[in-house]
Amino acid sequence: MTTFKINSRTVTFDGDDDTPLLWVLRDELGMTGTKFGCGIGQCGACTVHINGEAQRSCTIPVRAAANQAITTIEGLAEADDRLHPVQQAWLELDVPQCGYCQAGQIMATVDFLKRFPAPSDEDIDNNMTNLCRCGTYARIRKAIHRAAEISAVAASTGASE
Amino acid sequence: MNATKPRLEINRRQFLVAGASVAGGFLLGLPRGGSAGEAATNRIGFFVQIEPDGQVIIGSNQPEIGQGQRTTLPMLVAEELDVDWSRVSVRQMPLGIVKTDDGFAWKYGGQGVGGSTGLTDNWDYMRQVGATARGQLIKVAARRLGVAESECTTRPGFVVLASRGVEIAYTELVTEAATLPLPEESPPLKALKDHRIVGKRHNTVDALDIVTGRSKYGIDTRQPDMRYAVIARAPVLNATVKRIDDTAARKIKGVLDVFEIQGPAMGEPYQILASGVAVVATSTWIAMKGRDALTIEWHESPSATDNSDDFWRQNSDLLEGDGQIVLDDGDFPSAMAAAKTAIKHSYRVPFVSHAPLEPQNCYAYVQKDRCHIIAPTQIPSGASRAAAAVTGLPRDQIHVEMTRVGGGFGRRLTNDYVAEAAMISKHTGWPIKLQWSREDDIKNDFYRPAGIHEMQAGLDGNGKLTAWTQRLASASKYYRRPDMPDEELFGAELYIDDFPRRCVENVRLEYFHNKIGLPRGSWRAPAHTANAWVIQSFIDELAHESGQDPLQLRLDLYGEERELPYSNHGGPTFNPGRLSRLLKHVAERIGYGKTLPKGRGIGIASHFTFGGYAAHAIEVTVADGKLTIERIVAAIDCGLAVNPNAVDAQLQGGTVDGLSTALGLQITVKDGRIQQSNFHDYPLARIAAFPALFETHILPYDDTPTGVGEIGLPTAAPALTNAIFNASGLRIRSLPVSDYLKT
Repeated sequence: MTTFKINSRTVTFDGDDDTPLLWVLRDELGMTGTKFGCGIGQCGACTVHINGEAQRSCTIPVRAAANQAITTIEGLAEADDRLHPVQQAWLELDVPQCGYCQAGQIMATVDFLKRFPAPSDEDIDNNMTNLCRCGTYARIRKAIHRAAEISAVAASTGASE
Repeated sequence: MNATKPRLEINRRQFLVAGASVAGGFLLGLPRGGSAGEAATNRIGFFVQIEPDGQVIIGSNQPEIGQGQRTTLPMLVAEELDVDWSRVSVRQMPLGIVKTDDGFAWKYGGQGVGGSTGLTDNWDYMRQVGATARGQLIKVAARRLGVAESECTTRPGFVVLASRGVEIAYTELVTEAATLPLPEESPPLKALKDHRIVGKRHNTVDALDIVTGRSKYGIDTRQPDMRYAVIARAPVLNATVKRIDDTAARKIKGVLDVFEIQGPAMGEPYQILASGVAVVATSTWIAMKGRDALTIEWHESPSATDNSDDFWRQNSDLLEGDGQIVLDDGDFPSAMAAAKTAIKHSYRVPFVSHAPLEPQNCYAYVQKDRCHIIAPTQIPSGASRAAAAVTGLPRDQIHVEMTRVGGGFGRRLTNDYVAEAAMISKHTGWPIKLQWSREDDIKNDFYRPAGIHEMQAGLDGNGKLTAWTQRLASASKYYRRPDMPDEELFGAELYIDDFPRRCVENVRLEYFHNKIGLPRGSWRAPAHTANAWVIQSFIDELAHESGQDPLQLRLDLYGEERELPYSNHGGPTFNPGRLSRLLKHVAERIGYGKTLPKGRGIGIASHFTFGGYAAHAIEVTVADGKLTIERIVAAIDCGLAVNPNAVDAQLQGGTVDGLSTALGLQITVKDGRIQQSNFHDYPLARIAAFPALFETHILPYDDTPTGVGEIGLPTAAPALTNAIFNASGLRIRSLPVSDYLKT
């Protein structure tokens, strides 16, 4: 029995505790926004936040998530009209093509911008490692800069994120 | 001699429906007389539904694989229907086929995406759907107002009778319009200048669902009582199961069933790719654990001696002999003998995998008299055929739903995973979701054919190119088709009307087929990815070695705008002057000819792909054996850009795909085993490989759109390797680049 918090909701999972968090989210909880791409932590399609930090959930056994707070793409925004700045930027730049990797890209970017609130292109190159098979990288790069801008404006006007 | 008739044009309709009739009494996919059972009372035909609150729900009949058809096609309907785009939402339509006396007919128009034809095949059709629905609304309004239809016009959402200053909302007309019999022919379509939606930038209709994690892909399918399945596929190409020990697997709690899946005989037409053992369980993870716990003994495979090294050697050996001459314009041998300068180089193009980011999956529920399929597929009619073949059910008892697809790239033209899921559901009687792992995907693909291209050219004393030959030894992708004679295998690998045909007087193309057990298939822009790289590299080499400028040599060869006959897919004509225009544009943007520091170089390339035109200019640095891409300028001429956002996206995406593949990707075989397995050894490029200076340009041409899905890809790789040469003097004649440079 593993208990953890997901998007502020407490859940328990009574299957094998070596089950990757990804498959608990997808098959057991029906939270399919987090995607399976490689199963070895290479592509980042399965990126979620564990205690605010981006992690690749396909390689994390659910026991490692016990008593931790997990945020998935479904829990990033409070509502459609109150999207996270990264989601807003993604819409502005019309980033998605097939869209399959984008939940992971967004979750990775949210954590990245916490560490690099005003990132350079080099910061992006050195830290953003999620794969996009459609090749939306040019728009992802612009959207990261744009999200940093939106967040900075929000912070300077005292608006909450 | 013209050895082979150029019977290469893909018969698109045949390709999509394979033997089924496409005619039938279904004008525009609109059922006669309205309802036909499935239409709602506020639905005009199959595609257009107008809600009481003014929301317009438009059906999208094509698979969405990231190419943007779920946005672009409904835009065409909305344009002619004359509604506000902001009020439109999109409904994915399932596969629609209906039985006729002589086969099957399309219910919602031809469905399937491949060959960059999703837009072009539906350009008239979807506009006619919109125009017809608008015509029905006008008919009702005119009748109510007691005027002729010709006196009425529309503005978004309203029929307008200007002479009386009256207008009636579509919402008040739709219920009645839905009951009217439909006309034989569509009303006339709008002129280009009157377009309000087409030609303007529109975001992906699903963008909000995607960024909030709500968008549903095949892998996200959840159905009542659904079980989960995986397959342990043969580790050696074409191996079959000898013995299964499933004792350990069956001990795992949640493993429900284990059984053999029989693959096709080697070289025969297939439904599925490989033999294997299916494991069915209560979750994906348990199925995977069950698979890990299997012990399977395999029969020795005839492919167990397949090795990449041997394959390359065999290609070289083949090229020592005489092949099949598939094009022989002018007199190549005499022209070559008379040439002042003769230049010869060989290029090697490796096998590559599609690796769409959503691994193959399929939901199948086979019951006694019906079958339900939910699949990420490019060809839903192929899914229906695959399920019919496996279950023995008639095709009209097979219901195929399409999901959003996590990437296509040609991989999902083949519905092998649908056939597998149907097999497992049929065997167990359960609703099944089959899931492939990434390893399953990389090791069980229909790879882009590999080959060696031996190029030779002759130039006269003025540097004019007078003779050209391309001799290709490769593993044709047509190898496994039923009724495909050997002498037609070249057709998938050499498109005879490609440049430089008719731009050079004496052209000979020669083909050698190399048999290898590795499965091959259509990989985005199929043979163009190989041939554009080879031809655009060789042109560069000819320029350098004959003391000419690579840009000018191309412009001289392309010449003025003129329509040349083009019998291959993407024809009927090819206008090389459109390539000149693009080349000049990208050259100017990147500052072609400017003085560059040591270690820097600019490369260019241009190519005509499936009806569309593209060019790239790329600037790189090569220093200490390391490659850095500094700047990318890409341009496309797709006639009319229906949704410039989608065109930009495909041009960027094609560029990334072309570069990523050229930089680091190849599939190799050792003792019949694919040596790559996942993204650590099949390293798709990450964001760091692509510079912030990455611009795309759309050069409008006329009022007819071409496809865009594949057009932007083929020229990226040759522009890159040409730039590497200009930066460093290193000429890359074998891909991937990572064999020579750190990337």
